[in-house]
Amino acid sequence: MKVKQISVFLENKNGRLSEVTRILSEGEISLRAMTIADTADFGILRIIAEQPDKCLELLKQHNFTARVTEVIGVRLDDKPGALHEVMQIFEDNKVNIEYLYSTLMLSDDKVVIMFKVEDIDHGLDIIMQNGMEAITAF
Amino acid sequence: MIWNKQAECENRDDRKVKQLYNLKKLVRHVYETIPFYKKKFDDLGVKPDDIKTLADISKLPFTTKDELRETYPYGLLACDKKDVVEIHTSSGTTGTPVLGAYTSNDIKMWGEVMARCLCMAGGTPDDVVQNGYGYGMFTGGLGVHYGSHTLGCNTIPISSGNTKRQLMMMRDFKSTMLTCTPSYSLYMAEQAKEMGIDFKDLSLKAGIFGAEPWSDNMRKEIEEKLNLEAFDIYGLTEIVGPGVSNECQAHNGLHVNEDHFYPEIIDPKTGEVLPEGEKGELVFTTITREGTPIIRYRTRDITWLWHDECSCGRTTVKMHRLLGRTDDMLILRGVNVFPSQIENVLMRIEETEPHYQIVVDRGDSHLDEVELHVEVEPNFFTDETKSLEKIKAKIGAEIKQELGISVIIKLVEPKSIARSEGKAKRVIDKRTL
Amino acid sequence: MIGDLYADEELERLDRDALRALQLLRLKKTVEAALLTPFYSKRLKGVGITSAEDIRTLDDVRKIPYTTKDDLREAYPYGLLSVDRSEIVRMHASSGTTGTPTVIYHTQKDLDQWTNMTVRSLRATGCTKEDVFQNMMTYGLFTGGIGLHYGAERLGMLVIPASSGNTTRQFNMMKDFQTTTVHATPSYMLHLYSRMEEMGYSLKDFNLKRALIGAEPHSEEVRQKIEELFDIDAYNSYGLSEMNGPSVAFECTQKKGMHLWEDAYLVETIDRSSLEPVEEGEMGELVLTILIRTGTPILRYRTKDLAAIIPEPCSCGRTSRRITRIKGRTDDMLIINGVNVFPSQIEEVIMKMPGIGTNYLIKVRKEGTLDKLTIHTEVGAELFTDNAQDLHNLRRRIVEELSASITIKAAVELHEPGFLPVQQGKAIRVVDERGSVF
Ligand SMILES: [Zn+2]
Ligand SMILES: [Zn+2]
Repeated sequence: MKVKQISVFLENKNGRLSEVTRILSEGEISLRAMTIADTADFGILRIIAEQPDKCLELLKQHNFTARVTEVIGVRLDDKPGALHEVMQIFEDNKVNIEYLYSTLMLSDDKVVIMFKVEDIDHGLDIIMQNGMEAITAF
Repeated sequence: MIWNKQAECENRDDRKVKQLYNLKKLVRHVYETIPFYKKKFDDLGVKPDDIKTLADISKLPFTTKDELRETYPYGLLACDKKDVVEIHTSSGTTGTPVLGAYTSNDIKMWGEVMARCLCMAGGTPDDVVQNGYGYGMFTGGLGVHYGSHTLGCNTIPISSGNTKRQLMMMRDFKSTMLTCTPSYSLYMAEQAKEMGIDFKDLSLKAGIFGAEPWSDNMRKEIEEKLNLEAFDIYGLTEIVGPGVSNECQAHNGLHVNEDHFYPEIIDPKTGEVLPEGEKGELVFTTITREGTPIIRYRTRDITWLWHDECSCGRTTVKMHRLLGRTDDMLILRGVNVFPSQIENVLMRIEETEPHYQIVVDRGDSHLDEVELHVEVEPNFFTDETKSLEKIKAKIGAEIKQELGISVIIKLVEPKSIARSEGKAKRVIDKRTL
Repeated sequence: MIGDLYADEELERLDRDALRALQLLRLKKTVEAALLTPFYSKRLKGVGITSAEDIRTLDDVRKIPYTTKDDLREAYPYGLLSVDRSEIVRMHASSGTTGTPTVIYHTQKDLDQWTNMTVRSLRATGCTKEDVFQNMMTYGLFTGGIGLHYGAERLGMLVIPASSGNTTRQFNMMKDFQTTTVHATPSYMLHLYSRMEEMGYSLKDFNLKRALIGAEPHSEEVRQKIEELFDIDAYNSYGLSEMNGPSVAFECTQKKGMHLWEDAYLVETIDRSSLEPVEEGEMGELVLTILIRTGTPILRYRTKDLAAIIPEPCSCGRTSRRITRIKGRTDDMLIINGVNVFPSQIEEVIMKMPGIGTNYLIKVRKEGTLDKLTIHTEVGAELFTDNAQDLHNLRRRIVEELSASITIKAAVELHEPGFLPVQQGKAIRVVDERGSVF
């Protein structure tokens, strides 16, 4: 149920991000989602890839500091209010969201939103109990 | 030991004669040499000759902190400029500081009253005084320093901060007396635990704590954790700095060095002098000061005064530990802060709104932790973390510059700080003393 | 009146023979005091000196072994104390390479003597009681602030104990009190100038006449730059806490080298490898014996500072010889904005941080006119958690601990692996990019 997200430490300087995409493209890794959090002098790139283990391996080989973080991917209908529904459920059940982002494509006419929550097991329980669908992988 | 038996244990009537003599001399001097005072006296229709008894002091005008600022820098100087050997300033609400100028006699007097305070806490020339008050423009460091030299103690001018070194010095030089803010002493106790230092193995016998309000509960905690006897000290830059009053070993009020600083208690609303034992605003006249003497200075501190037959033998009047303030001044890590100072800083920074809230708490560290919540000006909101961090850093630096203390800045959304009708609630003080 | 130039004309113009006789007398007294300390009684007896009478001429000083900073640390805390503890009225301490400080105790008489030297130094630069003296050196255990404070008060100047930092307030006070004389590090003077305009001030607002600069080595060019920028006179000074503090040597108004007050200090210059004396006028390591302190006597102290003695007499009439400006150090001590720091002190803090290990580089460079200390570290697997806050906290901890232990505000830069140079042989983890200031 948990999805493997790869987090990469990046210095804020020219060319670092394209270096990552170059390595992944040469390694024929398909990306499903990515987001970047920036601060004054460094950023954290977060990637969902079809082959997470290989992705991690490649980045490490190229001397990047990268690690696996577990997140939840919730599959939602592509309609107004769908996201709010899951947010409301999280709020009611005190699931603390650290960040979230959306994926790059629709899957079976549904969208997938990635959630990083404080207590992932609790988060997943709540998703299941409320009859929603969490993906395992792409 | 009593540093100056003659002055401190004197018969009260004899002391009054001297106080009156010095008061008359001072009043005549300021009337004749300082236009500010002449005008104030004339406005009230009072002449130096009207001071015939000590009680006549109530005829004299008060002096306020605002007036000290208006006359900055030299408007209240009562001596020749070249006789000034040292100055100190304390920051004010609006950025204009307040000046304290000292002649060499004033410096001697300061050393004398501070030596008395050290003795009240059991100090002798054999003591090792670790002076943890900040040195420089702040009067805490140099004031205690002069007193410790006058008494002939070994003075360790360690200044504030650098806790590890404080503890190492304390251990290696067997410091017997510690002077710092009460909250910092508790912080030291925490750090000592981490360093594996037990205060029972140290030589501290007494601590003289001041520059911020504290309570009997804190005293108990400090005495237990630092294994020493804790004494309260009071003083302010406008009067002289530390040394105005200090607790003796009877721990029942602070003996005021009233032969130099003549105290009164007034009703803060009417300005009327209140009888002994009644609670009100503390007012001082510095009857022996040469550089910047001050007539009836309104301290804004609330306390009461009384005489008793103290077991220590001193006959000087006592004041209770401070009970509060008549204004909104906060004391953060020993530094006096007015919310309006923070407002001034925010006004200068275009990226923020002058809507703010100060949240003060004492965490596990025992030190004041100050969070400043500030609203971001909507035009300056960006989705770039970088630029928001820059705004934060800018506010932090300006506040540090203005107040001399570091605060944690939290940017909050526009309009998220509750606007109350009338006066906004600017300060949330969660500290329990 | 030429006498007005001196604080103590008789001593300052004492002819050389009389000066040497006075030095011998004071040296004997110092040796006598030293024999009362645990450290020196052992060391001096080791070379056959059991009483002051074993010192017959000034040259006999060479029988005494050198004293090093390590010796002072070993003697910590009381090994060099020669009087009863109750005689001590103050102590100062400076930090060492390993955390053990070196400590100097002063009796009231010692402090009076030190103050005499600072009064003399201030007078040599033309200060009088009419002057307003803004002391921008740090007050506290560091001797830079308090040292000149007492002398300036004794001289009757108006002293503003501003201490270091807080540039806005420094400017405000310079203007409000029409400061004529400041005491600061040369780099802080340059910093003040660079901030002047943006803070809304111009030279017209001030009444500055002179700057006393010291606590960090600097070149003649830097002095001239300060003089030109502020349109003032800048005077170089030399001192170290082991030898009391400021006022070991001070420039007079001639500005041609610093008078080393020889009635108070016995000066030698030695070759740093052979440890033999070098010729007068040649560059060598300064070795100093303090002749005016009994609380903590120190004999033949190796300062690690390189300078030369100027043999020619100065036209000001003072007979104490001058030394050149300090041309370098014989050890790896860094001077960062006037604070003495050994790389090992920084390393001790950093290596304690979880997840860093030896994975760091310390750089010192100029930012504007001030020195900037930056710690570079690589963010490897041990540090990286997917949470930006963790990295911010680590950075904050390093900054706080450095500020607590060496009182320096550092910056921490986080890098991807591969940033740091690959180390071969002895690791170089400290890079001083300020260029030579000597
Ligand atoms: Zn008493
Ligand atoms: Zn000269």
